[in-house]
Amino acid sequence: MSEHEMKGGPRTFQIWRGDEAGGELVEYHLETEPGMVVLDAVLEIQREQEPDLAVRWNCKAAKCGSCSAEINGKPRLMCKTRLDHLPADEPIQVEPMRAFPPIRDLVTDVSWNYEVNKKIPPFSPRETAGEIFEIGQADTDRMSEFRKCIECFMCQDVCHILRDHRLQEKYYGPRFMVRLASLEMHPLDGVDRIDLIADQAGVGLCNITKCCTEVCPENIHITDNAIIPLKERVADERYDPLLKILRRTGRNRRDGRKKV
Amino acid sequence: MSTTTETVKPGPAGGALSAKPSPTYGSPRKLGDTARRDRWWIGPAWVVTSLTLFGIYTIVRVIVSTRYSGIYTDGAHLQSPMFSPDLAGIFGFKTTLPWSFLVLWAPLGMRSTCYYYRKSIYRSYFLAPPSCAVAGAARRKYDGETKFPFVFMNFHRFFWYAAAIVVGFLWFDAIRGLFYTVHGTTHFGVSLGSLIMFVDVIALSGFTFGCNSFRHLIGGGLNCFDCSSSAKTRHGLWQRVNILNVNHRQWAWISMFTVWGTDLYIWLAGSGVFTDPHHIF
Amino acid sequence: MAKIDTHSYDVIVIGSGGSGLRAAIAAAEAGARTAVVCKSLLGKAHTVMAEGGMAASLGNVAPEDNWGTHFQDTMFGGKYLSNWRMAELHAREVPDRAIELEHWGAVFDRTPERKMSQRAFGGHTYNRLVHIGDRTGLELIRTLQDKTVHSGIDVFMETTVTTLIKEGDRVVGCFGFRRPTGEFISFATKALVLATGGSGRIYKITSNSQDCTGDGYHLAYAAGAEMVDMEFIQFHPTGMVYPPGVAGLLVTEAVRGEGGRLFNAKGERFMEHYDPKRMELSTRDVVARSIYTEVKEGRGSPHGGAFLDVTHLDPEYVKMRLPSMYEQFKELAGVDITKEPMQVGPTCHYFMGGIKVDADTGQTCVPGLFATGEASGGMNGANRLGGNSLGDLLVFGRRAGIGAAEVANGLEPVRLSEDAVAEAHRQAEEDLTGGHLDGAENPFKLHKELQKAMGDGVGIFRDREGLEEAIAKVEVLYGRAQAARAPSPRPDYNPGWQLCQELRNMTTVSLMIAKAALLREESRGGHSRLDFTAYDDYWAEHNIVQRGTGPDLELIPTPVLKKDDLTELVEARKLQEAAA
Repeated sequence: MSEHEMKGGPRTFQIWRGDEAGGELVEYHLETEPGMVVLDAVLEIQREQEPDLAVRWNCKAAKCGSCSAEINGKPRLMCKTRLDHLPADEPIQVEPMRAFPPIRDLVTDVSWNYEVNKKIPPFSPRETAGEIFEIGQADTDRMSEFRKCIECFMCQDVCHILRDHRLQEKYYGPRFMVRLASLEMHPLDGVDRIDLIADQAGVGLCNITKCCTEVCPENIHITDNAIIPLKERVADERYDPLLKILRRTGRNRRDGRKKV
Repeated sequence: MSTTTETVKPGPAGGALSAKPSPTYGSPRKLGDTARRDRWWIGPAWVVTSLTLFGIYTIVRVIVSTRYSGIYTDGAHLQSPMFSPDLAGIFGFKTTLPWSFLVLWAPLGMRSTCYYYRKSIYRSYFLAPPSCAVAGAARRKYDGETKFPFVFMNFHRFFWYAAAIVVGFLWFDAIRGLFYTVHGTTHFGVSLGSLIMFVDVIALSGFTFGCNSFRHLIGGGLNCFDCSSSAKTRHGLWQRVNILNVNHRQWAWISMFTVWGTDLYIWLAGSGVFTDPHHIF
Repeated sequence: MAKIDTHSYDVIVIGSGGSGLRAAIAAAEAGARTAVVCKSLLGKAHTVMAEGGMAASLGNVAPEDNWGTHFQDTMFGGKYLSNWRMAELHAREVPDRAIELEHWGAVFDRTPERKMSQRAFGGHTYNRLVHIGDRTGLELIRTLQDKTVHSGIDVFMETTVTTLIKEGDRVVGCFGFRRPTGEFISFATKALVLATGGSGRIYKITSNSQDCTGDGYHLAYAAGAEMVDMEFIQFHPTGMVYPPGVAGLLVTEAVRGEGGRLFNAKGERFMEHYDPKRMELSTRDVVARSIYTEVKEGRGSPHGGAFLDVTHLDPEYVKMRLPSMYEQFKELAGVDITKEPMQVGPTCHYFMGGIKVDADTGQTCVPGLFATGEASGGMNGANRLGGNSLGDLLVFGRRAGIGAAEVANGLEPVRLSEDAVAEAHRQAEEDLTGGHLDGAENPFKLHKELQKAMGDGVGIFRDREGLEEAIAKVEVLYGRAQAARAPSPRPDYNPGWQLCQELRNMTTVSLMIAKAALLREESRGGHSRLDFTAYDDYWAEHNIVQRGTGPDLELIPTPVLKKDDLTELVEARKLQEAAA
């Protein structure tokens, strides 16, 4: 679509309003401008019609990952979803992320994610890393994909382990699989995280149904490039007797990493 | 948690009532519960239909019709991929059982533990979940791939080793399909059947060598891509596997249909329904 | 009165951007019990928007680079109004900060020799910017965020601070509310660091996050601190101009760093007329004014900007080096930048000025109060070079954290006076519940009016008439902002409530800017007067320092802070420029 085809005009919005006690969809009508995104519309409604409509947003440039919501049933960034890319003949439905407890209206309590992050041991350079790091661009490119993550937590929202099964106690979720992958594949990291990945982080619970990858606004191949490689690394350690025998003969697969 | 309202309240600017439910956090979820309006069920429906048909076809075929596992007319030797390797022909192995049982576990095992098929099987057959942001089937307990039986998915690489050997035999079969035995001498020949076999083995190779486990073993398991010359080589190979792996889904489907189609062609031609058009030089 | 929780710390840092987190880490490492209080979720700060990179004279690409040249570039870019000591400290220390980040897990693009790669940027003599793609700020924030949570620092997310609390001369705490619940909260602290960033939201066309509402400027000013260089605002030359919803959204300078060219509607590469030597990589003030002038004189693009073109570059190279720009234009404007030129125009980007601090420690003139990052002023003079803000955050964030911890470590625990807390509580409560009262102002409407007044009168080009008009309008808005009340009295996640406080911050900042801009009768860096278009000898040597109470600002021209041992470097650069 080129910018000349952008369309404005009257649109109807159904926005979920409520809090932890429950809520409902409320309908709003708005005259929209060409090129508007859902967040523009929500803020316009906030300014002109509903001053206490709660919405979390910051950069409005798809870089901070604050304005995650479910638009017409799919997790999306409000600031990146153009109105003219949504079906014109039906109302636009905006709901909060369902996998997190609602605070109010479109704002949810995502604090669980921050608790999970605390449990992951940080990067810790191996003894041989030296003061001036030498790293190749190939490794940088691989890590860079994971480090693009803007922590919108939409992958956590859509992951059925967290969303349907509520196994927050057993599974860290796709966002933190991506984080673990970025650490695990850092050539100079000195921490052995395989037990963490397999046990506390629960990579085995993932059944690779790839919804995290489908919703990622940064197009990170979460499943193929982060989760599956982590599963394979766990398989090396736990499900591969052949490799175990090979390792006895002197090859150290864990590459000198230390358990913490 | 409270229950949710089933109606849309008119906003301050007015507006019609709509009957769309609005399930929220913590409310009881039923299978298929979603606010999505697109036809999300088409994907799983397609997978269930085609995989089930493929399964039924395979079972019927390997049980009832070992006799037509190849085309042997006019000195041809076109082996169906479902019956490869030809244990009797190559190794003189004799059995009264459908011999493909002895080999078919490898490609089928590889497929059913393949990361791509796992996605489509979990989604379509186990509804866990049927589609993204659509509520899955209610379960007493969800263990993912940590408990029996799905923990065996972690052994994918062993099925891959076996399947890679089978792919080797399929290349052997395809090349052997170019040679005809006429009155005890070997002649080069081409046929529509052998062309189909080449298409099939190329598709199967694309699928097999784009496998996520292979990708890990060839180079992905490294923590440093340029710390030694072997690491650099493996990085280069890893990048090539990536090209196939990005389209692993497409390779999976294409190769499933080429196997199906190749076998059906050989079945029909081998049983005399039609003659495989060929030219012997 | 409801009971209000008070949390006691050695050091409180307000703001969770790059400088705030770096300050908190430094304070914690120095042994202080530290907390970060921030308006948003952790990791969402405006720092994530920084794209191009961080200037550090590591010399990985250009071995001849050194801190002296970086210092000279900074001074020249700042039109010699920078605090010399700050520019020196920054240039000297930023390489160490970059290396330190890697040790904390940051990942940067590499040279073929496997060292950190460095790219070219406007105003920098050598390839100097350490970077990762076009999302260097995100890398920095994520690294610091992880370091923070593993350094034993408490983080109070989504907590709005409405006022600082003093005991005598000394700042001893702050008061605010937690956005998700609306609960009031107060902090007692031996030292407090303001790392609240800039105030771009006083303009409609801005690259700034909605959080950038000048909170620290106002909090510090109200506590008696001095401000410096407030008239200097950087308008980034390249913001998106279309569609309307994204107007102002940043188009990184890296686009030009990678070879992007600017054209007007007649197809002329107009930078030839304004800075033939540096062309598109001239300093930001020059490029922004050039685009503005082209548009004003009728040579603008259809949506009122200039064309920024990368179509002569290899499409794959563009997608690899500028992935988020490619994505941003494709998604939001429906433009494939590898095939069509972008339309860009100036957008409010950065505040050179800020709270006046001691270069070495970040200490303000108020005991117990420190400031760092964009919230502080001095380092960038009249204009900031691209790539100098991320380094600024780290160098001075660390220094402010150490400075605050040193002060805190020498003090006995402090207590908040009940009266001060009660007064802060009364004001905040009134903001929330007074919406139905006569005379209550709607903060959303006021904000729009403020943006219009500032855009009209205190934009990229200024003159006496416009400034005086803007000051008159903003003074009225300042008064009305005191009467701003949340339209709805719900305490939980109430956007109008938050905006009441932010409006007072923004109107105060707007007054500072407009009044300083009126006083400075010359054009220099991020301050351009249509009625005084040239440099002025007197102003070449003076910064404008401001202090006061309420709208009564005192403006004090103050000689630039120099340093004898740097004179040689500065003079050498001036001679070099004169020769060119």
